[in-house]
Amino acid sequence: MLSRVADSIYWMGRYIERAENIARFISVNHHLALDMPVEEEEQWEPLVTVTGDIELFKKRYGTPTKQNVIQFLAFDPQYPHSILSCLRAARENARSIRGGLSTEIWHHLNSIYLTVNQVAQQMLNQEVSYNFFDQVQRNSHLFSGLSDDTMSHGEGWQFLRLGRYIERADKTSRMLDVKYFVLLPSAEYVGTPYDNIQWSAVLKSISALEPYRQRYHRISPKQIVEFLVLDREFPRSIYYCLASAEDAIHQITGSMPGTFHSAAERQLGKLKSDLSYTDITDVMRVGIHEFLDEFQEHLNVVGQSIFETFFAVKPVQLETAVV
Amino acid sequence: MNFETYDPEGFYDELIQKNGCPREFAKILTQRLGDMDDDDLIKRQKAAEAVLLQMGITFTVYGEAQGTERIFPFDIVPRIVEANEWDHIERGLRQRIYALNQFIDDLYHDQKIIKDKIIPEHVIHSGKAFRPECAQLNPPRGIWCHITGLDLVRDGNGEVYVLEDNLRVPSGVSYVLENRAVLKRTFPEVFQAMHVRPVVDYPNKLLETLQFLAPSTLTEPNVVVLTPGMYNSAYYEHSFLAQQMGVQLVEGRDLVVNDGFVYMRTTKGLERVDVIYRRVDDDFIDPKVFRKDSMLGVPGLMDAYRQGHVAMANAPGTGVADDKVVYAYVPEIIKYYLGEDPILPNVPTYLCWDEKDRKYVLEHLNELVVKPANESGGKGMLVGPHSTKAEQDEFAQLIKDSPRNYIAQPTLSLSRVPTLIDDHFEGRHVDLRPYILYGKDIHVIPGGLTRVALEKGSLVVNSSRGGGSKDTWVLQQPNGVQTQSQ
Repeated sequence: MLSRVADSIYWMGRYIERAENIARFISVNHHLALDMPVEEEEQWEPLVTVTGDIELFKKRYGTPTKQNVIQFLAFDPQYPHSILSCLRAARENARSIRGGLSTEIWHHLNSIYLTVNQVAQQMLNQEVSYNFFDQVQRNSHLFSGLSDDTMSHGEGWQFLRLGRYIERADKTSRMLDVKYFVLLPSAEYVGTPYDNIQWSAVLKSISALEPYRQRYHRISPKQIVEFLVLDREFPRSIYYCLASAEDAIHQITGSMPGTFHSAAERQLGKLKSDLSYTDITDVMRVGIHEFLDEFQEHLNVVGQSIFETFFAVKPVQLETAVV
Repeated sequence: MNFETYDPEGFYDELIQKNGCPREFAKILTQRLGDMDDDDLIKRQKAAEAVLLQMGITFTVYGEAQGTERIFPFDIVPRIVEANEWDHIERGLRQRIYALNQFIDDLYHDQKIIKDKIIPEHVIHSGKAFRPECAQLNPPRGIWCHITGLDLVRDGNGEVYVLEDNLRVPSGVSYVLENRAVLKRTFPEVFQAMHVRPVVDYPNKLLETLQFLAPSTLTEPNVVVLTPGMYNSAYYEHSFLAQQMGVQLVEGRDLVVNDGFVYMRTTKGLERVDVIYRRVDDDFIDPKVFRKDSMLGVPGLMDAYRQGHVAMANAPGTGVADDKVVYAYVPEIIKYYLGEDPILPNVPTYLCWDEKDRKYVLEHLNELVVKPANESGGKGMLVGPHSTKAEQDEFAQLIKDSPRNYIAQPTLSLSRVPTLIDDHFEGRHVDLRPYILYGKDIHVIPGGLTRVALEKGSLVVNSSRGGGSKDTWVLQQPNGVQTQSQ
């Protein structure tokens, strides 16, 4: 597969996953805000904090009111990580590799973008319907289904998976980090119904409430961390994302699991193995924030090494020809 | 929506006779359209447009609000070509392409046609698209112009003429295929009843044509489509064709020449490329040979091509034969190489480099169409009867400054086809661009792109200037057997 095409598919996967996550964060937060008694700014600021772009936001919009935050995260064409920008980028990536995608996927991506673009234009004069955010999530799920069922499960599909799982691991860890930081000190709510509501919202933001309930029944911050970081079966836990990404990478290179022939396999394998032998006590001992912070750093290294291994345009002399 | 009030206004109409009655072969269609109520028809037109939008067959409208995209306008009333007439057109196209290929080969070798004084030497050597770099090149199988699209027009007298030869990188064939897909959804029952010849085989024929260029020792030659990239206006078509053929769509930066062979950069190293369907102009394909500032090409590509390590379609240098000055000589070219009379006539053409012709052109600018010799897309054209005195003066100066670069033709009364305008049909002028593949044999797509000037009275069909398109239905011979003519 062409390096340029692999690069575009990988990023297409990441952008769609990113758009889905932002849509879910906004949707959950909206419903949460309706139940909470506090000032609205405190409710909406953490959503921007999750993106890591709070400085940019403050410079452009000032106060994190609900309307500002939604405009920024969903519809701002100048903000490269808004839902609109992500879906535009995903569609541009798809367009640049149109030949390598099934017609079904292309038509679907094209329709999503056209819809979102239309809503973004209308947004200028009215309040957005929250159905919109559900629609973005559903469309992302439909995209997964279409790629699973209409694309050959070859290299292209594996790069798509790789992109999605790396992005998902990143978003789960960021959401958990920010929310844990915000929620723990609010001792005033401990033992009140708001405590449960807040933690349930964290789980919902990661589509995890129902699976968590089935696994642990009662809401407990420590078990929530355990579930979102270490669970082996939940498809949005950090561990599950890394294991799936690792599988995708070995399908791409053809090397045996547990071995490596490239920086990408080595960095990802190391990070996943480390997590395989970590338990919740280890996480608590290091401290949630410190643990997640370190994880983020490692994940960035993985992303960089994927780029260098598969996508970077290397000088001709270093490559061996396959005829 | 019926044709009772439809008036051909004295023009040749492809579907309706002068007396207002539908032509015999169009009756099933006009009857069906007549049976439909207005709302239904308008709804179908809107549905067809929605499908095209979803397919992403759009272009960006510059200068409008960010993200505005438009489809290439499409009209649901098809143009119909009856079987016998098509056989005639097809024979004419084959003859013309066969002769033009011999002509190009001759120009880059012995130039016999110049020595025999059929074409003056200065006409060839002053042409922008003549490439001295291609002298003595021997493209695989002796074919230069593999994929071509000729523009045909019908005049008021009913005669079909060749208006232009497009031998470089003609585009539009994807619209032919997509228009057909959309119209089959729109009028399935009419399709069935009319026995329209299918066009769906084109990508397959294209792939065969390209594979035919690879050394016969290769069982699975690696074919790629080379595009200038996604910001090119024909990018949709490049990606569509690559996808339909199941081959890689590459950009210049994906390819590299190593030891005289062409490779593409993949996630697993370099992979050899055998045939390139390039949709990049000669000027840009190899910065080492042609334009040095080209970022779209592949350095060393021409060298690999000369050594026979990679095939290219179309061959570099074919543009010389679609120079509009050379066009005027095509009837003689056909006679010279084939000893035959041309089946399809040329539009009479005045060459401004010739003093007598130029004098005539300058005196009749208000009647003629003046075109630059080496532009496409209707750029830099003067349509005399629709021009102002100031425009005519401007062109008079242009012609005097560089007579070699201009030709002129009488303004034709292009034929028309009924077109849905708001809630009724009106006649609009059309042309027809059939696509021709030259591989093992010469294959003509049954139909082609009918381009329509949507503005009332306009004769300019180019998409960049208010043109749209229609599906083109070539009918089967009544006995179901197509004549196999060579």
